[in-house]
Amino acid sequence: MTVSAIAQAVEATTGTVTAFPAAETPRLPRDTRPLRLITCGSVDDGKSTLIGRLLWDTKAVKEDQAATLRRDSGKQNDLGLPDFALLLDGLQAEREQGITIDVAYRYFATDKRSFIVADTPGHEQYTRNMATGASTADLAVLLVDARTGLLEQTRRHATIASLMGIKQFVLAVNKFDLVGYDRARFDQITHEFRELAVSLGVRQITAIPMSALKGENVVYDGKASMPWYEGQTLVEVLELATIRSAQTVGFRLPVQRVSRPGESFRGYQGTVAGGSVKPGDSVVILPSGMVANVTKIITFDLVRNAAVAGDAITLVLDRQVDVSRGDMIVSIDSQPQVGLDFDAQLVALQSEGIQPGRRYWLKSGSRRQRVTANPFSQLDLKTGSWNQRTGVLPMNGIGKVHLSFDENAVFDSYEQNRTTGAFILIDPDTNNTVAGGMITAKRSSLTDLRSDEARVVLSLPADLADQLMATEMFSRRRDETDLRRMTAGEASQIFKDAAVDI
Amino acid sequence: MPSTLPETELHNPQTAKTPLDPHLKALENEAIHIFREVAAEFEKPVMLYSVGKDSSVLLHLARKAFYPGRVPFPLLHVNTGWKFAEMIAFRNDIVKKYDLDFIEHINPRGKAENVTPFTHGSALFTDIMKTEGLRQALDAGGFDAAFGGARRDEEASRAKERIYSFRTPEHRWDPRAQRPELWNIYNGMIRKGESVRAFPLSNWTEVDIWRYIQVEDIPLVPLYYAKERPYVERDGMMILAEDPRLELLPGETVQHGSIRFRTLGDFPLTGAIPSQATNLEEVIAELEIATVSERQGRAIDRDQSGSMEKKKREGYF
Ligand SMILES: Nc1nc2c(ncn2[C@@H]2O[C@H](COP(=O)(O)OP(=O)(O)OP(=O)(O)O)[C@@H](O)[C@H]2O)c(=O)[nH]1
Ligand SMILES: [Mg+2]
Repeated sequence: MTVSAIAQAVEATTGTVTAFPAAETPRLPRDTRPLRLITCGSVDDGKSTLIGRLLWDTKAVKEDQAATLRRDSGKQNDLGLPDFALLLDGLQAEREQGITIDVAYRYFATDKRSFIVADTPGHEQYTRNMATGASTADLAVLLVDARTGLLEQTRRHATIASLMGIKQFVLAVNKFDLVGYDRARFDQITHEFRELAVSLGVRQITAIPMSALKGENVVYDGKASMPWYEGQTLVEVLELATIRSAQTVGFRLPVQRVSRPGESFRGYQGTVAGGSVKPGDSVVILPSGMVANVTKIITFDLVRNAAVAGDAITLVLDRQVDVSRGDMIVSIDSQPQVGLDFDAQLVALQSEGIQPGRRYWLKSGSRRQRVTANPFSQLDLKTGSWNQRTGVLPMNGIGKVHLSFDENAVFDSYEQNRTTGAFILIDPDTNNTVAGGMITAKRSSLTDLRSDEARVVLSLPADLADQLMATEMFSRRRDETDLRRMTAGEASQIFKDAAVDI
Repeated sequence: MPSTLPETELHNPQTAKTPLDPHLKALENEAIHIFREVAAEFEKPVMLYSVGKDSSVLLHLARKAFYPGRVPFPLLHVNTGWKFAEMIAFRNDIVKKYDLDFIEHINPRGKAENVTPFTHGSALFTDIMKTEGLRQALDAGGFDAAFGGARRDEEASRAKERIYSFRTPEHRWDPRAQRPELWNIYNGMIRKGESVRAFPLSNWTEVDIWRYIQVEDIPLVPLYYAKERPYVERDGMMILAEDPRLELLPGETVQHGSIRFRTLGDFPLTGAIPSQATNLEEVIAELEIATVSERQGRAIDRDQSGSMEKKKREGYF
């Protein structure tokens, strides 16, 4: 679409007609859940403009909204186009300052798929709001102003997005109209980003030269200005992106509430956070370690014969066991880690940062418990390296921390399960959310044992170990044990080393 | 509630029909999760029930979330005294049919001072009857959490709101200092007097709502379906001309036509649209090609740009 055609389209939609045009009914695709994506990058790189343009070109902007946009755009830009960012920047303060402060969620669809997009703020001060958007996204569109290239904030956003488990990135080299559509510039920025991506372990990258404002390579191609670009438009990439796969890990049900409508009925309500379950399955209640069998899976509509990750269900067990909110019901043969000490990566979200030795509330799933966080490493965004560093993890810092609990905690690693491996920290004084974190590992609890206590270190075939761990006796004392999975070669090395020690 | 729940009783043949598509299923799961989380974390939740289509979906989801138990909190209807008559009749039926705890509140000051949309203008009327009325009702009940059916796709400032939206003891919303809200982990920690508004339908669009109503067969106020009705045209809106309190202005005449409503509120402030859609399929078909947003029919949102944010800051839903 040409600029003047867009201007005409804007003109044509400023009336307030209430009649419906006789058009073909577009059927929205409903066979998958919507793709969730974010736009991120540094201040003023054009994130809101891009989403505004995307909404505009996919006809998600209604006539009355277009009229309002036209009215609010005021003096507009040199090109005579509306200020598309105003479709996103809905707060008064945002409009006054011309920046995004908080995430805006918008919904649109093409004839192939539906999307939930979170437009995040570029300003460093509002990094917490970017993290809010990133935590649930399947894909990140990282914008770079073609004139400035990658900035520290661009690196911060790319890093947070990657830490939060986003594997698919679109690098939008934006404002390409302002660098004369210079191909060399595109190649240079793309190269720079690929280096960053390698250090983050991100492999799926699509780089697109773009003008968000003019709508080039967003929904419509930009062949007229950059005939050399043969790749996809943004929308084409989004249509083909994959949704984070439902985890194939063990069954997990964080218990939200216990339903007791009558004397003899007791159901455990929650959302399946991993794997699947069916009547007859043996499960363990954590952290207590008690074992039971599933008798029924109840929903309002019907008694079901199975439930999978994402389903909100009520589970009934075959025996009277003590289960309360915050407990986790898990499959017996694939259990999460239970313990008092874990390592995690986190993003500090408030001005006080994360204070070493300070006690916070940690919430994960439906469980809230006391924890002490001790930062031990911080990511240097300029070099991309982790610096050993204790002390306060400052606001917007990305760090590694040791978590120490008063009572047993239950986690998977975030890598394995994006629900049971994620947590937030809450400041007990302000009640504010001060960090978002991702569990990386459980730390050995053996260091806490009295040194004269007798232990046995045993090296077994993995399948035999799994069988042993599935027994009720083992489950009950799971938190007293320490487990490492490794190759037979590594195991024999440990035994060799131990022999030498003696 | 029977003491045992045999399978046959649990199986609800009325709702066990076309399974939801994955898109709606995901939205339903998310909403149920939010309902359960709030009910477990807060001492005294309440559900705002405005009788409209979003409230109807919200109520349906609440019943699903707590099944086989009852909905464990009351419904609150902040009435203005200017609702469509059909809404009130429908509301009373629903409360009885589903065995719900129900509270109705009308701002006594508004009544005493005879505040009407005609005499005070839509902005002041809404301020007193809705915003102030809501604050009164929440304070009186001592509610620390209130469910609402607001959706992010409704309006630009709504698009910014969290699922747990924190409010000060004065019910104020501070859009510049919202708590981060990561994953589906909600921070429900508040001090005494503070509260949250919880929005289980945050990620639903208008089309999702209609599709869900269709698949789940959720009863609605008949005003959502087109029918020959009397109306007057006023300020570019089609106002239903049934209530005797509507006085015709010079030049206005009562017209008749097939009309329906996309949203329902106070009859003098809610515009109808011309439509032939007499059933759900037709409503959805019209919706998918609609060229104006649903909010367009609401006087309250048109008063000024950013008016919703202003109202929300003052405690409006
Ligand atoms: N020429 C040109 N200008 C653009 C383009 N994209 C965005 N802009 C302009 O860049 C300015 C900033 O755009 P925004 O969309 O508000 O930037 P943002 O990234 O959302 O900013 P924050 O959210 O505050 O970080 C606006 O004046 C846009 O009109 C583009 O492709 N070409
Ligand atoms: Mg922006």
